[in-house]
Amino acid sequence: MAFLEIENLHKSFGANIALHHFDMQIERGEFITFLGPSGCGKTTVLRMIAGFETPTRGIIRLDNKDVTHLRTRQRKVGMVFQSYALFPNMTVAENIGFGLKITHRPQAEISQRVEEMLQLIKLPHLGGRYPWQLSGGQQQRVALARALAGKPQVLLLDEPLSALDAKIRISLRQDIRALQRELGITSIFVTHDQEEALSISDRIVVMNEGRVEQIGTPSEIYNFPRTRFVASFVGTLNILAGHVVDPATGKMIVDGQELTTTQELPSNDAGKKRLLALRPEAIVLEPAAPGRNTLNATVEEVNFLGAVVRIRTRVKDAVISLDIFNDPNRGLPERGQPVSLGFSHENLLVLEEGSV
Amino acid sequence: MKSQSRVGAWTAMIVGSLYFLIPLIATFEFSLRMKRGTYSFEAYSVVLGDPRFQASFGYSILMALLTIVVGVLLVVPTAYWVQLRLPKLRPLVEFITLLPLVVPAIVIVFGYLRIYNSSSILPLTGNERATDLLLVFGYVTLSLPYMYRAVDAGLRAVDVRSLTEAAECLGANWPTILFKVIFPNIRSGILSGAFLTFAVVIGEFTLASLLDRPAFGPYLQLIGANRAYEPSALAIIAFVITWASMGLIQVFGSARAMSGQKV
Amino acid sequence: MSASSDAGSVQPELLVPPVPTPTPRVNGPSRASSLLAWIGVVPFFTFALLFLILPTGFLMVGAFQDSQGHFTLANFRDLLQPTVMDAYWISFKVSAASSIGGAVIGSLLAWAAVQGKLPGWIRPTLMTFSGVASNFAGVPLAFAFICTLGRVGLVTVLLKKYLGFNLYSTGFSILSFSGLTLTYLYFQIPLMVLIVTPALDGLKREWREACDCLGGTAYQYWRYVALPVLWPSVLGAALLLFANSFGAVATAYALTGSSLNIVTILLYAQIRGDVMHNQNLGYALALGMVLVTGLSNGGYIWLRSRAERGRR
Repeated sequence: MAFLEIENLHKSFGANIALHHFDMQIERGEFITFLGPSGCGKTTVLRMIAGFETPTRGIIRLDNKDVTHLRTRQRKVGMVFQSYALFPNMTVAENIGFGLKITHRPQAEISQRVEEMLQLIKLPHLGGRYPWQLSGGQQQRVALARALAGKPQVLLLDEPLSALDAKIRISLRQDIRALQRELGITSIFVTHDQEEALSISDRIVVMNEGRVEQIGTPSEIYNFPRTRFVASFVGTLNILAGHVVDPATGKMIVDGQELTTTQELPSNDAGKKRLLALRPEAIVLEPAAPGRNTLNATVEEVNFLGAVVRIRTRVKDAVISLDIFNDPNRGLPERGQPVSLGFSHENLLVLEEGSV
Repeated sequence: MKSQSRVGAWTAMIVGSLYFLIPLIATFEFSLRMKRGTYSFEAYSVVLGDPRFQASFGYSILMALLTIVVGVLLVVPTAYWVQLRLPKLRPLVEFITLLPLVVPAIVIVFGYLRIYNSSSILPLTGNERATDLLLVFGYVTLSLPYMYRAVDAGLRAVDVRSLTEAAECLGANWPTILFKVIFPNIRSGILSGAFLTFAVVIGEFTLASLLDRPAFGPYLQLIGANRAYEPSALAIIAFVITWASMGLIQVFGSARAMSGQKV
Repeated sequence: MSASSDAGSVQPELLVPPVPTPTPRVNGPSRASSLLAWIGVVPFFTFALLFLILPTGFLMVGAFQDSQGHFTLANFRDLLQPTVMDAYWISFKVSAASSIGGAVIGSLLAWAAVQGKLPGWIRPTLMTFSGVASNFAGVPLAFAFICTLGRVGLVTVLLKKYLGFNLYSTGFSILSFSGLTLTYLYFQIPLMVLIVTPALDGLKREWREACDCLGGTAYQYWRYVALPVLWPSVLGAALLLFANSFGAVATAYALTGSSLNIVTILLYAQIRGDVMHNQNLGYALALGMVLVTGLSNGGYIWLRSRAERGRR
C-alpha cells in the first residue's frame, strides 16, 4: 500500500472539466512534482489533496485512511502558498507556532518547536520580526517552517518559488529539497518551471489540459518523452516529420534521407507517418559515420551565446537546433553552408501515435 | 457552517435594503398624495412650476458650472505642474486639497464672513455680485478634494511626462501641450471631478444660507419649513439628480479606465 | 443631494494619498525654468491661502483674542457654559451613536456582500447604491425621513394600522436625538460600506486556507487572524464617520431646526445672529469643532496607514 493513493480523481466545475481521471501512488518520503502549464489541473489536484476542493469523483487515501471528504483541518497537511500567506498581524515566531497554539499545545513545547524550526530554516534571530520586514525568500522559508512545525503527514507546495527572484529561486529550491530529505516527509510540489521540476524531484507528473501526459523520473521524462507535449514542454526539442520504412529494423525516411532508430515500433507501422524528436545536445557536426545517423542540413543562423554556440539549421520544412561548445580555435559554420548532423540511433525518438 | 453564513448574509442584505428603500418609497408615496383622495403628480407640477424653484435651481446650476470651470482651470495646471516639475511639493499640495474634508464648511464660511465683510481690504460681501463670487470660490474650495483627486488620477493614468517630452520633441510650446495634449487625455478625469462637483454644489446648504444667496439648498429648506407635500417631491427630485450625477461618474470612470491604457 | 457639509466623500479613500509612483527626476532643469515652474503653482497657493487657510486661521487666532484684539484665554473659559457644553455633549452623542451604528451595520453589510456567498449582482449593486446614498444628505434626506417616520409618515401610519402600534406614544419623535441619529445613519452606513469593503477584500483567501491546514476552526481564524487584521480599518472608518457627523449642518437644521442644540446648529445661530453676545466665543466654538474633526481625521489616517503596512 502506498502512503498517498489517488484513485480515479475527477473534477469538474459545472460544464468545465478541470481534471480527467487522475491516478497516482506515492510512497512515503517521496518528492513528487506536478509539472504543467497554467490551467493543466496541477493545482486542482493539490487543492483536493489539501481539502480545499472536493473531487467530483474518485478517492484520496492517506496512510490507509480515506480522506476524500474529510475537512482540511482534520487532515494534517502542511501547505506552502505562492504568496507566502503569512499572517501579517503576527511575528515570525507567532506564525510558526500558530498551528501548535490553536491545537492547545503547552507553551514550553511551542517555544521549543519554534526554535527548532528557526534553526532548520536558518533564520535563528528573526523570530521577533513581522512578515513585512522580511524579504520574499525569507518569508517563504518562514511559511515552510510554519507548515512543518506541526509535523504534517504530507507537505504541499503550490508554486512556492514563482514569486521570487531567479537567484533566490535556485537556492531556495535546493534548501527545500535538502529539508525534505532530512525530515523524510512526503511532498508534492506544483510548478510550471521544468528546470525546477527536473532538478529536485524523485518523480515528475507532467500534466496538460486536465490529463496526465507522463509520470516518471526526471531522467525518464527528459530522455524518453512519450508524447509531443512532454517532449516540447520539458527541454527544447527538434521535431521532424517522417515515415516508417521498416518497423522491425527501425528504418525511417526523413526528407528522402534514411535514418535508424532503436526505439521499438509497432509491427503494422510500415509506411505510416510519424513525428520524430531529437534533443539538441544529441547532435554533433560530423561527417557521415557507420553505425550513426546522419542528416544533411543547411545552416540558417549562428548565435554566439558565450560558452555555447547555438546553430539553427534547416532540413526541408523542419528547423533543427544544435548547441556546440565555444572553441575559439575552431571556426564556426556560416549561413547557407551545408552541414552534416550526426547522432546516435538511440537518440532518435519516435513520438507516440496521436501526439501528431 | 457555510449555509449558516449565507442565511446571515441574506438577512443583513434584506434588513439593509429595507432601511434604505423604505424612506425612498415613503417619500415618493407621500409626494403623490397632494391631490386629496387620489395619487397624482400634482406636487411635482406645483414644484416645477414654482418660479422660486426655477430661479433657485437655475442659480445653483449656474453656480455649479462656474465652480467647475474655475475648479478645472485652477486644478489641472497645478496637478500637471506638480507631477511634472515639482514632485517635492506633492505632499503639501495634497494636504491642502484634503483640508476641506477636515475643516467643516460652516467654519470656512464663518471665516469668509469675518475676513471679507464690508470693513475689510477685500469687501466681497459688500454687494451681491461680489458675494456670488465668494460663493463660487467657497464651492471651489469644498469640491477641491474631489476635483484634484479625479484629475490627479487621470494624469497618473496617462504618463504625463512621456507625453510632454514627446510633444516637446515635436516642437510644441507649453500652452499647446496643455490644451492640445494634456487636457484631451484627462478629459474623463475632469468629467468625473465635474460631476462630483455638480452633486456637491447643487444641494449645498451651509455656504449659500450663511452668505444669504438664493441657491437651491436654502430654497429646499424654506419649502420644507412651510409646505407639506412639495418637500417630498423635491426630495425625490434631489435623489434622482444625485443618482444621475453618480451614474454619469461611473460611465466616465469606466471610460477613463479604458482610455487610460498606455498606447 | 450632497450638502458637502454633511455627506461623506464619495471616495473616502481620498483622505489618504496614494503610494507615490516613483518618477525619475527630470533632467536637471535650468535655474530659469525651475523658477518658471514655481509660477505655475502660484495661483493654487494664492487661492488656498485666500479661501481656505486665512479664513480658518483667522478664526483660530480670533479664538485667543477678545473684542479689542488682545490675547486672552477667556473664550475657552466661556466655552464651559452650560449651553455650549450641552451642545458639545449632544453633538458628541449623536456622532458617537451614528458612527458606531454606522460602523457595525456597515461592516455587516460589507461582510455579507464580500464573503457571504451571495449572488454576484449583490455586491456591485450595494457599492453603487452606497456611492449614491453616501452623498444623499442634507435637506432632502431630512424630508425623506419625515415622510417615513414623522407623525404622519408612512411607517408610523402603517405601524398603527397593521400592528396597532403607536410609535409616537412611546415618546419617540423623528425630531429628536434618536431621530437625527437614525437619519444620519442613512449616509453613515454607506460610507462605512465603501471604506470597509476594500479592507475585507484584503483578507486573503490563503490566510483562511493556511489557518485550516494548521488545524484552526472558523472562530480561531476570526479571532487570531481576520479581526486583528481588520480592526485598524474598521476603527479608522468609525473615526471618519464620527468627524463626518460632527461637522454636519444641513440635515440637522432641516430636521430638528434649533430644537436640538448641537454644536453646528449653535455655531450657525451664532454666525447668523450672535446669539451668545460674544463674537470671539464663536471663534472658540469653531476652533473646538476643528479640533474634534481634525483629531478624528488624524486618527483615521494613522489607523489607515497602520492597516496598509505590509499589505502590498
